[in-house]
Amino acid sequence: MNAHGKAYRYGDNVDTDVIIPARYLNTSVASELAAHCMEDIDGDFIKTVKAGDIIVADKNFGCGSSREHAPLAIKTAGISCVIASSYARIFYRNSINIGLAILECPEAVQGIRAGDEVKVDFSTGTITNATTGKSWSAEPFPPFIQEMIAADGLINYLRKGAK
Amino acid sequence: MSMTMSQKILAAHANLDEVRPGQLIMADLDLVLGNDITAPVAIREFAKFGMDKVFDKTKVVLVPDHFTPNKDIKAAEQCKCMREFAYDHEIENYFEIGQMGIEHALLPEQGLVGAGDLIIGADSHTCTYGALGAFSTGVGSTDMAAAMATGKAWFKVPSAMRFNLTGKLGRWVSGKDLILHIIGMVGVDGALYKSMEFTGPGVATLTIDDRFTICNMAIEAGAKNGIFPVDAVAKEYLAAHCKRVPVVYAADADAVYEEHFEIDLGSIRPTVSFPHLPDNTRTIDEVGEVKIDQVVIGSCTNGRISDLRVAASILKGRKVARHVRTIILPATQTIYLQAMEEGLLRIFVESGAVVSTPTCGPCLGGHMGILAKDERAVATTNRNFVGRMGHVQSEVYLASPAVAAASALTGYISNPEKLEEK
Repeated sequence: MNAHGKAYRYGDNVDTDVIIPARYLNTSVASELAAHCMEDIDGDFIKTVKAGDIIVADKNFGCGSSREHAPLAIKTAGISCVIASSYARIFYRNSINIGLAILECPEAVQGIRAGDEVKVDFSTGTITNATTGKSWSAEPFPPFIQEMIAADGLINYLRKGAK
Repeated sequence: MSMTMSQKILAAHANLDEVRPGQLIMADLDLVLGNDITAPVAIREFAKFGMDKVFDKTKVVLVPDHFTPNKDIKAAEQCKCMREFAYDHEIENYFEIGQMGIEHALLPEQGLVGAGDLIIGADSHTCTYGALGAFSTGVGSTDMAAAMATGKAWFKVPSAMRFNLTGKLGRWVSGKDLILHIIGMVGVDGALYKSMEFTGPGVATLTIDDRFTICNMAIEAGAKNGIFPVDAVAKEYLAAHCKRVPVVYAADADAVYEEHFEIDLGSIRPTVSFPHLPDNTRTIDEVGEVKIDQVVIGSCTNGRISDLRVAASILKGRKVARHVRTIILPATQTIYLQAMEEGLLRIFVESGAVVSTPTCGPCLGGHMGILAKDERAVATTNRNFVGRMGHVQSEVYLASPAVAAASALTGYISNPEKLEEK
């Protein structure tokens, strides 16, 4: 599995209220949530994002609320992978649980600018900036989490285990 | 063995003698919580298991507190989804409007939280229950769904930061000022993935409501949980609310902490978080002139009876500034009645404030007090992110009930100490 797309670049502490404002949480329909993804931090995001694009951000991405609507909106908007220097823990957990690919790599974050073409090889954890030619290795997931992603999220992982 | 208090609770619930930071464990849960925003997503995921019943109908708690009383048709549909699930699965602890309160004030009050419990909730402020010596943490809807099906959740065992408290808070200084001070000191990701354990002789001087407020905002420093020792104050609260015998865990003398902080409670000043992050703190002495349009006193952070008493002691016999909308939200029906019986509601109304039924409403920009462009609010809530209480160009200043009430009177962020001198 690989990701390949244009980078959207954000700073520190991107919180779940700007990823999906609470005023839109009166629904849990993924497509309706995605239509407002990143609205309060980047009004152009949803107008320009294409399937496969990648979000790159600095530290503590996804801080704040436990709303799973946040990774769900990002995934449904077409984002194939998020790369950040660090994540808020509930967002990290939620992303894995719903099958949004999410990598932690401060070095790559420093080397990627908005609009750069980025490629990710999930099997090796290699992140490549195709615009500059530089590449980095992200910390691979522990085996336990790899199994969960292979099973396409927590629910399927548990259902397989229960059989 | 050398474990922190949080690690001991996790080990016991995973049937292990010992756990180490970083270890992945599967643990048995004592309580699983959801609300009208997170539960509908969890219910959809739960359906994928194809199970008729939840793991234990006494251990799932559903509270419609966010967009309720239903703010619009979509919110009504979300609540209906949760209500039907609650009835279909005979969930004992479903709290309909009339019994409903803000979840993190309601659960301890209803005796659903016991010392030593392991609790997850699909709400980030689930960490509140550490005040009673429980390990409780926020998760997402999929974790909640899995927990409703299996009664279990996976955890990565956290390392810990220790906050050793000495001395006593000043007259107009509260647990809110202490936790804002700590968040300002460590940063919004300063406790990422970690436990915040509060210890020391200063603990005994903190009320249980102060402790709820402090643990409630552990998440705003990125923490997995916040926790207090189970002392006489906690035991007294538990004895009055929870029928179960407290299971008391204490950190080992040689428990390892990644960081250690010494805090003299007497040195804490009334503290305000400026927009747009909770760690952007200033003491009241450094605030300067900030004109406000709205004051909100309530939320899972500061909607308890002691918060209302402090606000009333400041508002009594005075009028809120003409240009300030002052909204007060008792967190539960019990607190509402208590405030009524103590005459607090009369004080609020006579001062020019409005009193609302319990709801999370304005805290997350849902309803009951949304800000227009360029408006500013002082709120006793927990987050001041961009657009949190309304327009993307509005501002939220986080403060204690005392600072909020004093600010309502003057129309500017104000020091309650100075008001008293008048």
